[in-house]
Formats: sequence, structure tokens, C-alpha cells
Amino acid sequence: MTGLITMADLTNEDIVEVLDAAERLLPVARGDAQMPLLSGRILGNLFFEPSTRTRMSFETAMKRLGGDVVNLGDVSTSSVVKGETLFDTIQMVDGYTDIIAMRHPRQGAARYAQDAARVPILNGGDGAGHHPTQTMLDLFTIRQAHGRLDGLDVVLAGDLRYGRTVHSLSHALARFDCRLVLASPELLRMPPEIVEDLRASGASVVETTDLYGSLDGADVVYMTRIQKERFADEDEYVKVAGAYKLHAKHLGEVRQDMIVMHPLPRVDEIHPSVDETRHARYFEQAFNGVVTRMALLCRLLGVDVPGGEA
Amino acid sequence: MSNESNMRRVTAIRNGTVIDHIPAGSALRVLELLNIGQGTSVPVSLVMNVPSKKKGAKDIVKVEDRELTQAELDRLALVAEGASVAIIRAYTVAEKLEINLGDEITDVVRCTFSNCITQNSREPLPHRLRVLSKDPLQIRCHYCGRPQDLDELVQNVI
Repeated sequence: MTGLITMADLTNEDIVEVLDAAERLLPVARGDAQMPLLSGRILGNLFFEPSTRTRMSFETAMKRLGGDVVNLGDVSTSSVVKGETLFDTIQMVDGYTDIIAMRHPRQGAARYAQDAARVPILNGGDGAGHHPTQTMLDLFTIRQAHGRLDGLDVVLAGDLRYGRTVHSLSHALARFDCRLVLASPELLRMPPEIVEDLRASGASVVETTDLYGSLDGADVVYMTRIQKERFADEDEYVKVAGAYKLHAKHLGEVRQDMIVMHPLPRVDEIHPSVDETRHARYFEQAFNGVVTRMALLCRLLGVDVPGGEA
Repeated sequence: MSNESNMRRVTAIRNGTVIDHIPAGSALRVLELLNIGQGTSVPVSLVMNVPSKKKGAKDIVKVEDRELTQAELDRLALVAEGASVAIIRAYTVAEKLEINLGDEITDVVRCTFSNCITQNSREPLPHRLRVLSKDPLQIRCHYCGRPQDLDELVQNVI
């Protein structure tokens, strides 16, 4: 069975179906209704890299649907530290579980794991590669705010070079004919092959270093953290740290329904003054991680979410 | 210059493999990909940049007393797509083979990206590169998706 490794694994129709199923699961995600659709199923959580939101939301999603979760636990005490290959780890967990959610510091690890596994793999981030489940919750949040995904003006800002969330999200938005503004310091521009792919798919893409000048007319501003841990050289990090600091004072002229998103955790790229504005959407976005992952777990395990069209 | 005079630059071989119509300048890479170099004991002839009716200029490699297998020839697709190969026995062409670049290159070269999962040499799954386009040549790693630079790639022969 195939999992979700990159957004290319889902068609636009698939995306809309998953988001619709997620809508129907909202009361379950909030704890207001019970729907043990995944009773008896086990999710293997394999996080080879630190994660708070992604790991916890997968776990919550599985448990809200009546399923169970086994965790790899701390990498420093597991067999990985003894030199076990990813292939061997996957062989073992594949036998224990019905589906695997994984995050790994190396790029391509999720595709590799899918090639090695019989159960579906949900890519929860592979190095600076992809993070499609984050993209699904981002799309859910955008659709919640704007009622649609098509033809929006979206600014992606911050660390576009190493930020895997924006790599996956930009691909998806381009497929829905959104116009993209990529705002980043020179050093952290979107990888050229991704920009090439976006343009080849017919997307309108503008690259700029000017975030604040790009806010006017945007439907969505998606901020990202400059990830210290991805820099080999700390001097390089210092050059770009704090490049963008979005403050409520920057939002005076923006569209009323513009939303500010962030995959979290944030450092200083969104000032707390933004939290109080009508534009802030990042905490709802984090909650939406549970409901979209519930919908994805159901889909990949072949379980229909009741309430959809027959 | 005629084809005949090209052939006269190196003598005909009795037994072995002739790889003709290699894109001009690529013969050294062909030898690299075939792991022919120091320690090779069979005679090897190499001709570079000779006139070719089809391509304007071409390289030729002749390896004596060794019949290259299709699997070995597939390794050459990266640098010598479209080259023609003749297996020679007793001075005559016994078999004609072709080098064609497929949609995927498996276990020939390693992805060049330093943070790719395949950099761990103990990981057992095959090294897989996807050919997105042949002209211009565009190759990406099946796993990490990174585009591959041909010059770097040929340094990563398995």
C-alpha cells in the first residue's frame, strides 16, 4: 500500500476529499463525538528527529479514532544508536503496526522507508525535503479561512531554503493556481529546482527579499522560522537570524481577511502583538494538525469517514 | 576523413568489445564507468575527437579480450547514450549491442547529495536515479529528489 511521501502522491481531488473528511471529523477531534473508526489498528510513530506537534498530533489523531500507538521512543536509547539501518528498523516496525508516521533527519528517508515497508508510510518530515501532512493541515486552515484553495495570493516567507513545510506547500498551492510570492533573505531562497518545478507547472512565482512590501493584497502570509539546526556554519546563521519580524504595525494596510500562518515553533519572526489581531491563525493551524491527520490515517488505512457522498 | 581511416588509427582487435559513436570527449568517462584504469591488464585503445558522419565528432574505445555484458554497458548510458557496441570474435562482429538510457538508473551511481538517506552505505536498497529528460539530461534521485550534476555523478560510480 502506498503512503504519503510528497504531495505528488495526492491528486487535487484526493486533497479535497481528505479536507472534506477532516471537516466531518472536527467534532471527534474536539472530543465532542466518538467515532472509533480505527479501533484495533496500530500506528507506529518513528521520530528520528525531535518533534512536538507532529508526533503528538499523530498520536492524538490515532487515539481519537479509537486506534493505538507505539512509539520508537528516544533515538538515543533505541537500536538506531547501535547502528541499525533504517531498512532494518522499518522491517521490524512494519511487522508490529498497520501504518507508520516517521520523521528522519536525512532527505529521502520517507521514500526509502516506503520502498522497504508493506504498510503505508506517512512522511512527517525528511531532512529539508518534504512535510506533506503539514501541507494538508495548512491547506485545511487556508480553506477554512477563505472558503476555497483556488487562485489565492500567498506569500511564503523566511527560510525557504531549508524549510520543508514551504517546499511541500508551494507545490500544492501551485496546483490550485495560487500566485506565490517567495520572500526570503538571499541566502535562504527557495531551492532552484523547486522554483523550476513550480514555474514548469504554470504557477506565477515572484522571488523577493522584501516581505513587508509584499503584504498588500495577500490572502495568506505564511511565516517560517529560520532553522538554526540546519546551518553547518553558525556565522551564516547569524547573518540571517531575525531577518523578518512581523509586527501588528505591519498589518495596518493588509486585506481584512488576510491570514497569518506559521508551522510553529516560532522564535521572533512573528511578534506576539500579531496574536491579538484578526489575522493570526497559527494556533488554529496547530489544532488542525489533529483533524487532518485523522482524515489521512483513515484514507491510507482504507477506512471511509461517514457523512460523505456515497 | 573516411570511416576507414578512423579505424586505421587503431588496429582491429581479434576478440573483445568495440564501443563506437561515443559523444566526443566522453571516452575517459566511459573508461571510468567501466572501472578501466590502473590495474587493468587487457589492452585498451582509445580514440578521441575523430570525425563522424552522424555526430560531427566522436570517440571510440576498444577493449581487447573482454566481452562487456549488457549490465556493464547500461552503466555507460549516463555518458554515452546512443553509442554502438560490437562484440568481436575472431576479427568479426559476433554481436551488436546498444546503449540506451532508460527511465531509471539502478545501482550504477550513488546520489551526490550529502544528506540523502542513501549516503549510509549499509542501507541495502538499490541506488535509484530517475531520468526526467534525456536532452538536456536531467536526473534526480528517486529517494531525496535532488537534481544530479553529471560531473559529480560520474565520480560516484558504485
